[in-house]
Amino acid sequence: MSTELKEKEVIKVKPAEAFLSKRRRKILVDPLDDNNPISIQVLGICSALAVTIKLEPTIVMSISVVFVMIFSSLITSLIRNYIPARVRIIVQLAIIATLVTLVSEFLKAFNYEMFKVLGAFVGLIITNCIILGRLEAYAMGNKPYDSVLDALGSSVGYAWIILVVAFFRELLGSGSVLGFKVFEMIGWNSFPTNGLFVDSIGAFIILGLLIWAQRTRNGYIEN
Amino acid sequence: MTELFNLIIKSAFMDNMIFAYFLGMCSFLAVSKKVTTANGLGLAVIFVLTCTAPLNWLIQKKILDEGALSWISSDFTEIDLTFLQLLMFIAVIASFVQLIEMIIEKFSPALYGSLGIFLPLIAVNCSILGGSLFMVQRDFNIQEATAFGFGSGLGFWLAILALAAIREKLKYSHVPDGLKGLGITMLLTGLMGLAFKTFIGMTL
Repeated sequence: MSTELKEKEVIKVKPAEAFLSKRRRKILVDPLDDNNPISIQVLGICSALAVTIKLEPTIVMSISVVFVMIFSSLITSLIRNYIPARVRIIVQLAIIATLVTLVSEFLKAFNYEMFKVLGAFVGLIITNCIILGRLEAYAMGNKPYDSVLDALGSSVGYAWIILVVAFFRELLGSGSVLGFKVFEMIGWNSFPTNGLFVDSIGAFIILGLLIWAQRTRNGYIEN
Repeated sequence: MTELFNLIIKSAFMDNMIFAYFLGMCSFLAVSKKVTTANGLGLAVIFVLTCTAPLNWLIQKKILDEGALSWISSDFTEIDLTFLQLLMFIAVIASFVQLIEMIIEKFSPALYGSLGIFLPLIAVNCSILGGSLFMVQRDFNIQEATAFGFGSGLGFWLAILALAAIREKLKYSHVPDGLKGLGITMLLTGLMGLAFKTFIGMTL
């Protein structure tokens, strides 16, 4: 009698999934390279280009996006069973907008200079399609912890691309990195800075070339 | 009147949403494979922008600004609701998109099918929220806001139509494998942006 009971118990209790199991590691790492939100899924391009003139605002932007992304995924995933399907977009937008308002008020209070530089683009995190896209495609149907991992992966995948673009735009457009005049430091005072890279056109071209390089490496071909 | 007309031209060409501010890039890149689809999306964006800009202007001036509520009662002159700006704007935009989605579904199921996921995504088309935020930033009055919304939409429509036309031709050319699709489109957009830069010297 007692052994029967024991057996039943053993069958019932499944081994808990490891904190970072293989599947979860895949969720986290996939969007960094093979399934990058910008270069493969074509999401979130607007802000990727708009704030990347200088490296510093780009770093602030990346941190804000990571924050908004993780918490919106967590909240959406927690209440996913209570959201009626018809109004889900508005609910998701309300969650995102609330978090973005938090970020924007925080910036206004602690770093007003940066707030002025980023201007309307902090507000435009709301319309960053990566966030709504991941909420809609992932957080609406998955458990909170997995959703947070997915959000972390996607937002870091987004962040590294915009940081690379910003690095090259600042280097070639203003001849500096994080405000340091690197070319003057190595004694090349006459470095010809190219105004095109400060302009929108440079951003398009750098991102185009970056995508080319990354896709060639991954062997991803779009038809 | 001429001033409003100038504002439309200025926001459509010199301050083009896509080439000057990168707003609305996602749908610009993703829905520009065919001219007919691009046309449908462009027209929808014109409509939504023209309607949401004055609506959001009213919300900003009559509800959100500091002391804006004083038209209800003089007790409210101290209230400053600017922190609700993003939430209110996006709510107006999202409901408008829902409306236009229903209209398109009813009158043109073919267009509805081909726009697919990108129809609800107009709600997160940055050019629309961006239009509202810029309009507040630049202190327009209501006529100017409407003209600005219409002009920006017009600029978006022109740009997406032009890119779709080029991409249709691009199907017959040999592009390196890694550059296919998004890569070549980004480079193309860069070149188109260069062309739009020629409007910069114009003063209206």
